[in-house]
Amino acid sequence: MSGMPSMPGAAASATGSPVAVAGDAVSIDNFAFAPATLSIRAGGTVTWTNRDEEPHTVAATDGSFHSPGMGTGATYSHAFPTAGTFDYVCSIHPMMHGTVVVTG
Amino acid sequence: MTDPDTMTRRQLIRHSAWFGAAVGLAVAGGEVISHVAGTAAAERAHVRPTLRFAQLSDSHIGFTGAPNPDVTGTFGRAIDRVNNLGYTPDFVIHTGDLTHLATPDQFDQVKQMLSTLRTPHVFAVPGEHDSVDDAGQKYRSVFGAGTRGDGWYSFDVAGVHVIALVNTLNLKKLGHLGVDQLDFVHKDVARLSSDTPVIVFSHIPLFAMYPDWGWGTDDAAQVLSYLSRFSSVTCLNGHVHQLFTKTEGNVTFYSGTTTAYPLPRPGDAPAPKPVTLPAGKLRDALGIREVNYTRGRSALALKESTLQ
Repeated sequence: MSGMPSMPGAAASATGSPVAVAGDAVSIDNFAFAPATLSIRAGGTVTWTNRDEEPHTVAATDGSFHSPGMGTGATYSHAFPTAGTFDYVCSIHPMMHGTVVVTG
Repeated sequence: MTDPDTMTRRQLIRHSAWFGAAVGLAVAGGEVISHVAGTAAAERAHVRPTLRFAQLSDSHIGFTGAPNPDVTGTFGRAIDRVNNLGYTPDFVIHTGDLTHLATPDQFDQVKQMLSTLRTPHVFAVPGEHDSVDDAGQKYRSVFGAGTRGDGWYSFDVAGVHVIALVNTLNLKKLGHLGVDQLDFVHKDVARLSSDTPVIVFSHIPLFAMYPDWGWGTDDAAQVLSYLSRFSSVTCLNGHVHQLFTKTEGNVTFYSGTTTAYPLPRPGDAPAPKPVTLPAGKLRDALGIREVNYTRGRSALALKESTLQ
């Protein structure tokens, strides 16, 4: 699959993959962020959607952003004005890891 | 789930005498079964314990879903069970995940329900569901009176020293205590003689039950080192929604069950997602725990009861 061009919206196949997938949407399903690593241009906004029965959160490791508890179907959006790499976890299930790579 | 042994095991648990020094717990085929190693347990049942308390855990008030469409009803049933033990427990401890999403309404509801317990004292420690988005501020505004730091505390009752820990904040992967809390425990136990029985409550296990799912505490070894000189240390936790026990030297760990919904056994599923059981089976997976301490005996006695 590494030979395939990454496409926005092709999120489901990227679970657990270190390859950054371009796009602005992250799905939370089966206790995982998909894509696990998302790339977005500076100034863009990422929206997370919880598709699990369990609540989840999106919490930056550096504390720069933190969603409220997201029930089933809830969404959370955060804007990334500057370039950088932002690691985050679900603060309820911190074994769930994700990364947003913001390109300049 | 048509295991022909199920009913036998269930009845064994329901009718068993107190689990104590003479009774071991083992997990076989996913079910907790008891082994009575002699008649000592029956004899001991006639001695009035020095301390009696009950443990409730993981009520998840606010959860909705097929695994349990009525978590309020099952938590109410658990409270009824505690109120009808035939004696008044010296206190009741709730070992966390009182609420599902830490909303003010959920905290109000669980507090009101806990106030119907017939006991002089109700204690709690927070679960990670109780500190979803505010590092536990709402939890402490409801349950934090008289606590230290981020909500930890200790007290002495009937010659037993009880420590209630908060290991659900600042999580990286596993449960976490942090240096302030470790320092609190270090100083807290310094004055105690080594024959003082110690009971430790936490939400997340203090032993490595299944680290891949976060079922452990990254700095637990430090706190346990402060307790290594004590002859009897009993750690009671919630979080994992199932019974499990493990002994390491002077310390025995007991994971408790839930009043809300079961979780898979470690590694039995890709993720610790709530399990939907066949109709009629849920209450067998839910329960309450009674704990007895009798002066002069090193081991505490535990009794697990289902909500069936």
